[in-house]
Amino acid sequence: MAKAETPERRDSVTCPYCGLYCDDLSVEVAGGRVAVTAKGCAIATDSFARATASAAAPRIAGRDASLEAACARAGEILGGARMPLVAGLACDLAGAKAAVSLAERIGAAVDHAGSDAMFRNVLAMQDKGWMTTTFAEVKNRADLVMVAGTDVVSRFPRFFERFVWTQDSLFGPAPAREIVYLGSGLDTKAGAAGGGRKPEVIACDTTRLGEVFRALRALYRGVPLQADRVAGAPKAALAALAEKIRGARYGIVVWSAADMEGPEGELGVEAICDLVTEANETTRFAGVPLGGNDNGLGAAQVCTWQEGFPLRTSFAHGHAEYDPHLYSWRRMIESGDADAVLWVSAFRAVALPFETAAPVIVVGAPGASFAREPEVFVPVGTPGVDHAGHVIRSDAVASLPLHKLRDSDLPRVAEVLRRIEAEAASRLGDR
Amino acid sequence: MLTKLSGGRVYDPAHGVDGEVRDLFVKDGRLVADPGTKPDKVFDLSGKVVMAGGLDIHSHVAGGKVNIARALLPEEHRENQRVRENGRRAGTGTATATCFLTGYRYAEMGYTAAFEPAMVPVNARQNHIEMCDIPIIDKGAYVMLGNDDYFLRLLASKADPKRIADYVAWTLHATQALAVKVVNAGGISAFKFNGRKLDLDEAGPHYRVTPRQILHTLARAVHDLGVPHPLHVHGCNLGLPGNFETTLKTMAGVEGLPLHLTHVQFHAYGAEGDRKFSSAAAQVAEAVNRNKNISMDVGQIMFGQTVTASGDTMAQHRNRRHANPNKWVCMDIECEAGCGLVPFRYRDKNFVNALQWAIGLELFLMVEDPWRIFLTTDHPNGAPFTSYPHLIRLLMDRAFRNEMLGTIHKDAARASALGAIGREYSLYEIAILTRAGPARTLGLTDRGHLGAGAAADIAVYTEYADKERMFAKPDLVFKDGELVVRDGHVVAETWGGTHVVRPEYDRAVEKDLRGYFDRYLAMRMDHFAFSEAELADQNRFRALVHGTREGGGS
Repeated sequence: MAKAETPERRDSVTCPYCGLYCDDLSVEVAGGRVAVTAKGCAIATDSFARATASAAAPRIAGRDASLEAACARAGEILGGARMPLVAGLACDLAGAKAAVSLAERIGAAVDHAGSDAMFRNVLAMQDKGWMTTTFAEVKNRADLVMVAGTDVVSRFPRFFERFVWTQDSLFGPAPAREIVYLGSGLDTKAGAAGGGRKPEVIACDTTRLGEVFRALRALYRGVPLQADRVAGAPKAALAALAEKIRGARYGIVVWSAADMEGPEGELGVEAICDLVTEANETTRFAGVPLGGNDNGLGAAQVCTWQEGFPLRTSFAHGHAEYDPHLYSWRRMIESGDADAVLWVSAFRAVALPFETAAPVIVVGAPGASFAREPEVFVPVGTPGVDHAGHVIRSDAVASLPLHKLRDSDLPRVAEVLRRIEAEAASRLGDR
Repeated sequence: MLTKLSGGRVYDPAHGVDGEVRDLFVKDGRLVADPGTKPDKVFDLSGKVVMAGGLDIHSHVAGGKVNIARALLPEEHRENQRVRENGRRAGTGTATATCFLTGYRYAEMGYTAAFEPAMVPVNARQNHIEMCDIPIIDKGAYVMLGNDDYFLRLLASKADPKRIADYVAWTLHATQALAVKVVNAGGISAFKFNGRKLDLDEAGPHYRVTPRQILHTLARAVHDLGVPHPLHVHGCNLGLPGNFETTLKTMAGVEGLPLHLTHVQFHAYGAEGDRKFSSAAAQVAEAVNRNKNISMDVGQIMFGQTVTASGDTMAQHRNRRHANPNKWVCMDIECEAGCGLVPFRYRDKNFVNALQWAIGLELFLMVEDPWRIFLTTDHPNGAPFTSYPHLIRLLMDRAFRNEMLGTIHKDAARASALGAIGREYSLYEIAILTRAGPARTLGLTDRGHLGAGAAADIAVYTEYADKERMFAKPDLVFKDGELVVRDGHVVAETWGGTHVVRPEYDRAVEKDLRGYFDRYLAMRMDHFAFSEAELADQNRFRALVHGTREGGGS
């Protein structure tokens, strides 16, 4: 029996497992296992526990290989492809930088695993702009919290605990927060105040939030509404909410683009943003788009500062070509356009979210099980567990440092991608 | 390795050298006195003009708001592309050029440093990681204070100035900054309370402190700490007709403390005439001339498409109706700041835009001391930095300037004194405006000049009658002694450092701050602050630490 190791306690640990990147966790590390002991939500506790320090070796076609050989094979595949795809991009900022560099070098398209949701926001923003705010402002100022189409906590468990149900604020006792959910079938328990005050719920069709928010905007403007219900929402309830918007000092609308599925998701975001903008004619209001899981905002920001576009950009024609429809990873794989795929998933060992006949290279956390063994698998350390790194929080302004919690022999995403780029470049010649 | 730059006409105002033929010697990245040994390499610069590398004292090159502006405007990036070439990275955009392109373009213009003037503290880590992707040139950033609730609380509670200075110093350390910037003092905070205007002597909401108090307190703290660059001030009432009076009062309000007023063009407007918009450049320039404690940069506008990127949410929200294309972003940030992005198209046939153009040039030409005025377009707010060669020609060539004046809105041309101004800048003065002056005010003792010991950041030009042509395409540019540009094209990609200043302070301030972060903010204090080592890992971050002024230190 192995000698029991004294657990090492670490405080102020940043959790890499959702876009809130809570940085106040306590953990115990023993024998390469990380156990959350304080401030852990269910996602954090479960995800840290699953982050096994397995000594996985790289594989080529299912057979163990050296890192050098695996990267060489990956470079060979990518260098020989006509329309490669570099996607997933669930990694730290350094990994994202290396991924964009690789894509540019080999003429690939680049995208993030969570881009379907992210682009509901991106497209709305690129169309009209928006007014948003950040978590500390929410914590200190928000007196009307409208929650649109999401329960929030399934994806962002500690949002209410950290930013809404706080005791005090910079400006005196915490504002008497009014919580209003809009949507269908939402678990609204987290929106109940400590004192038990229940949130208001306006039941309506979550896939038709665009209509609901347009009606709300009309009512806020004083435009009469003929319909009695809008996407299920009673007019009277919307009219009352419009009054609350008028009376709010600092109102916010919280949404999670990942929960705004359906063909009208982007329109829903746009309608929310239009209401927010309109409300600022008389008072202060702001949008709070929740996202950033798997460092999606980090990947988008890196691609933006390096290439000028927030992902879904191809270098196949020698220059940066942005097309939010054409270069979605999902469309490229499903259509068969991508003839080689490099998929990065460093935070969690998960199954691939796609099937393709094209050769696949996975740079990911060890322990993933694949329905079909990828042509190349390179296990990498988990940012925030095996090595330090940086991620960008959901509110898009704050970046958090991730910490190394245990020793690991696994390489980082950035290191692996740089090797692959060098291997591919040696086959492509000068560019 | 010893390199000799032989026989060039040297313009080195820091040493009073005005076009004299001199040899320069470079060893290990630094300028050295003639060591008397045979050089390993000689560049014959006979007939060429030699200056230190340019420094852009105020240019929004990176950080959250710049990146939001990039994301907001895919059209700007589609239209302006540079393909990958010879291992140089691809890039897009002009007003909001990508990082690699920003570094290449500055170097290709003979510039070797640019300073991001509005780094939001909570965004600082990302701002630096982003700037680490700007090749060749050195970088630096001014951290934004004066709308942050921590400072406003201290001020409202009449805290000891020493404690405020400690907090300012802590922020400089925590965010790896070079200077302190204040944007619309108190106005960004007021906007969060639904304030839409805040005058210099108006008490802001909640804290009941005035912009004047904020400016004075911060200017005092920066001065007491010995930070070389004075408080960098984006004034109140940006863009409003009649705002020159605020600008004059701002100068008077600091009671002789050093102050740098930025993009003054946007703060030199009168409210005269049929359109209630006029030039007050003469009044502002006169006050700058008289108050030796004041320095300024211009924020010249040029006609064409750009995007305004500012921390001033109050002003940017007001400007939303001018958005062209019609989309804009405003953001409240983390109980310390804000940002606003409004795309803008300046038109020469628009009265206001045309007069803005003239006002900027009037300021350049009416401010007498070239050591206290710096050449900027407030990139990208007035125009992209790539318009500097054109701007230099406007300053150096009266005939060309008047020709341009003849093409703008007729009433604006008539309303401006520009046509009557005969001044033409000399090469020596341009070297002050773009090299020696910025280095001196920022406290970069080894930049902006060509004396022994200076970093060998050197630009070599061919002099043409057309100064735009001259400055658009240097023959040679050296960065830290390495040849990086030949004939206006990058030939080597190097990586510059990041200028920072680290004044002494009493670390007791961290105790209170730690509690403040836990209680009111959304991350731990230890995660807000970051070290050089944290950024150096994976990001090429290299701090170039500059000393404080004598007598400084909290």
